[in-house]
Amino acid sequence: MKKYARAIMVIAALTLGLLFVFPMWKITLLAPQYPTGISIEIFVNNITGDISNFNIMNHYVGMKTITVKGFPELAYMQYIVLAMMAIGIVIGLFGKKSHFWIWAVLMIAFGTVGLYDFYIWEYNYGHTLDPSAAIKVPGMAYQPPFIGRKEILNFIAYSFPALGGYAVGISISLAGFAALIKRK
Amino acid sequence: MKYINKIKSALTLTIVALITVGISSCGQQAKDSDAFRKGALSSDVASRVYVAPGEYDEFYAFVSGGFSGQLAVYGLPSGRLLRVIPVFSVDPEKAYGFSEETKPMLETSFGFQPWDDAHHPELSQTDGNTDGRWCFINGNNTPRVARIDLTTFETAEIIEIPNSGGNHSSPFTTENTEYVVAGTRFSVPYPQQDVAINTYADKFKGMLSFIKVNPESGLMNIEFQVLLPAFDYDLAHSGKGKSHGWTFFTSYNTEKASTLLEVGASQNDKDFIAAINWKKAEEYLAQGKGHDVPADYRHNVYDEATHMATSNQMNTVKVLLPEECPGLVYFLPTPKSPHGIDVDPTGEYIVGNGKLSADLTVHSFTNMIAAIDNKEYDTIIEGIPVLKFDKVLAGTVKAAGLGPLHTEFDGRGNGYTSFFISSEIVKWKVGTWEVLDRVSTYYSIGHLMIPGGDSKNPQGKYMVAMNKITKDRYLPTGPEVTQSAQLFDITGDKMELLLDFPTIGEPHYAQGISADRIVSKSKKIYKLEENNHPYVAKSEDATKVVRDGKDVHVYMTMIRSHFSPDNIEGIKVGDKVYFHVTNLEQDYDVPHGFSVMGFENAEILVMPGQTETITWVPSRVGVYPFYCTDFCSALHQEMQGYIRVSAANSSTELKWSLGE
Repeated sequence: MKKYARAIMVIAALTLGLLFVFPMWKITLLAPQYPTGISIEIFVNNITGDISNFNIMNHYVGMKTITVKGFPELAYMQYIVLAMMAIGIVIGLFGKKSHFWIWAVLMIAFGTVGLYDFYIWEYNYGHTLDPSAAIKVPGMAYQPPFIGRKEILNFIAYSFPALGGYAVGISISLAGFAALIKRK
Repeated sequence: MKYINKIKSALTLTIVALITVGISSCGQQAKDSDAFRKGALSSDVASRVYVAPGEYDEFYAFVSGGFSGQLAVYGLPSGRLLRVIPVFSVDPEKAYGFSEETKPMLETSFGFQPWDDAHHPELSQTDGNTDGRWCFINGNNTPRVARIDLTTFETAEIIEIPNSGGNHSSPFTTENTEYVVAGTRFSVPYPQQDVAINTYADKFKGMLSFIKVNPESGLMNIEFQVLLPAFDYDLAHSGKGKSHGWTFFTSYNTEKASTLLEVGASQNDKDFIAAINWKKAEEYLAQGKGHDVPADYRHNVYDEATHMATSNQMNTVKVLLPEECPGLVYFLPTPKSPHGIDVDPTGEYIVGNGKLSADLTVHSFTNMIAAIDNKEYDTIIEGIPVLKFDKVLAGTVKAAGLGPLHTEFDGRGNGYTSFFISSEIVKWKVGTWEVLDRVSTYYSIGHLMIPGGDSKNPQGKYMVAMNKITKDRYLPTGPEVTQSAQLFDITGDKMELLLDFPTIGEPHYAQGISADRIVSKSKKIYKLEENNHPYVAKSEDATKVVRDGKDVHVYMTMIRSHFSPDNIEGIKVGDKVYFHVTNLEQDYDVPHGFSVMGFENAEILVMPGQTETITWVPSRVGVYPFYCTDFCSALHQEMQGYIRVSAANSSTELKWSLGE
């Protein structure tokens, strides 16, 4: 088993590549007008899905328009991922046990910062409302759930990691496992 | 005294007897009347036609709108009306025939035709099965055939039929939709000219047209026409399986009467089924036997990418003459003024529904080919051999009813024939010709329909009767009452009435298809990035107003819940204003409408991603509101705008804005 540690570390680094194929996170809205739901998918470098319908729905209560440009993170996050992949492969091939640990901890740190950043965005998205909005409900905020399900007026909002998000978790687990079994 | 008593008792007896007879006859009449009106319903039929809220029907039924000129779409078994597709008549609700994009659809060689009489929907087929790609339908009055695209449920194409006078025996497809056909009901002078009507027998001709259908695009063109004697060609069906390559047309008025046809056209014991060997026709065309004949007709095509129709002038057609093309046409004698002509799922049996006969005549394709090979001719008419009746006959369904019109099949070896005069449907066994069951219809059935009932594989669960008379079946609505259809369950030995449902126009004929052959292909929106309309505005930034002399083009967009622009000034009395309105939505079921106060035109109803154009020539100064006519959103009522119209000689600046 121990002889596979390097290979597992390399696989851990490569697993991050799934972030470029699958979204990290998915937010879905269900409503009487949208019985089958409308969704947006957040990638490491892009946002896709029913963005225009999200915006059309949300402009009535004065929420900001979602645009890819509105997320500066999307511009640089991909380079962090690419760098981590490169570093992971290098230390997988040549590094020590301690390097494995450092890589895994760094990934956890990046992930935590990323989730915190996502929470802050959600908070602002739900709370920064245009004062001239057509529909104003006193005391109402529209922050989507950080993770899970939440009823917001006529909508039910769902927010869950998507395949890319799970890939990050798998990558960190693999790196940790490789570090555990690695001799020095 | 004795006598008086006797007279008294005799009188009493007589009175009692009279009252008894009177009461019992009244009672019998009421019972008979009841029987006519209701028929026997078994206890729990309601649950068998009940489709729960939110659930889908199992079948689509495409039912002709008759004199409405449109095509109605129903769900079966519920009988719920799902959509009315405008085809041959204008429809202000959908701006069909009013918008600049759809006006060309109704152009003909005679000019703009706002109305027609739509009779026979026909689904496209692949290998003899309905494939859910297109529905064709004929325009009877000004001869045309339309193709409806079943991804959008919109009319995609209309082709006019030249040398024809009333396109009734149409459009009836071949088994791979190689052709749809168009046979003239009224023979007309050939070529069309100013002649005395009583020269009918000499100068008039009947024309049968074969319209080739492009297997990918569905686009139609008249490949060839066959010149036939001046009969009335009533209905048609193409062969399938072993009889693939042939198309059969019924005819009446083989007497060639041109006045009082109800007598004049009903004299011959037998009229003809014209059997056309269209594969042979292709050979003759390849040999150059087709005559290029000048013709004046229109071919109108709607382009989904530009959301716009164009009307193309056509000038020639190829005509085949039976005298020059032996083996192209044969006549099968058939009693009596046959209406429907129906080929069973195996392709062997050809049913002639002789509408003035009590019997149903069934010919055999195998017999027909043998009779042709053995030259079993009665006579030859205008170069067309008439085959001997007893050599082609397969059998007769004897004294089945009165006035047989049309037969469909259930795929289990049974035929179902509608009888107009006796107002009933008769079920009979193909091959033994025995009558198995009969059921009344309310009232006077014309055609009937089993989903896939004229294909190789009927889906024989339900049958729809389309009735010609409704009378007292529904709440009265003044002298003009609703038209109506009836649904039967045909899975058992006995046909069973399940449901009456009202229809639009007059339901002449219908096609049914399993819903799963259409549902997955049904388009939800038009993609904005694929919109190639010359006047599209794909974003609010692209909206503008452009003056070109007296023409003013407004490039407008609509999205929940505003128009862009919504304030327009600088329009002048006498301008021609073109509103090119693009719906920017890319979401299912979010159309927006548009209409201007007093603009002497119809609303446009624009689907997501689509552009439509409606025009206005303002005739007086003022400021006029426009608004969204389709309730679109919570702020639909706010979706409105104003147009300022100034005097023709004013110097009001042309400007437009949103939210300023």
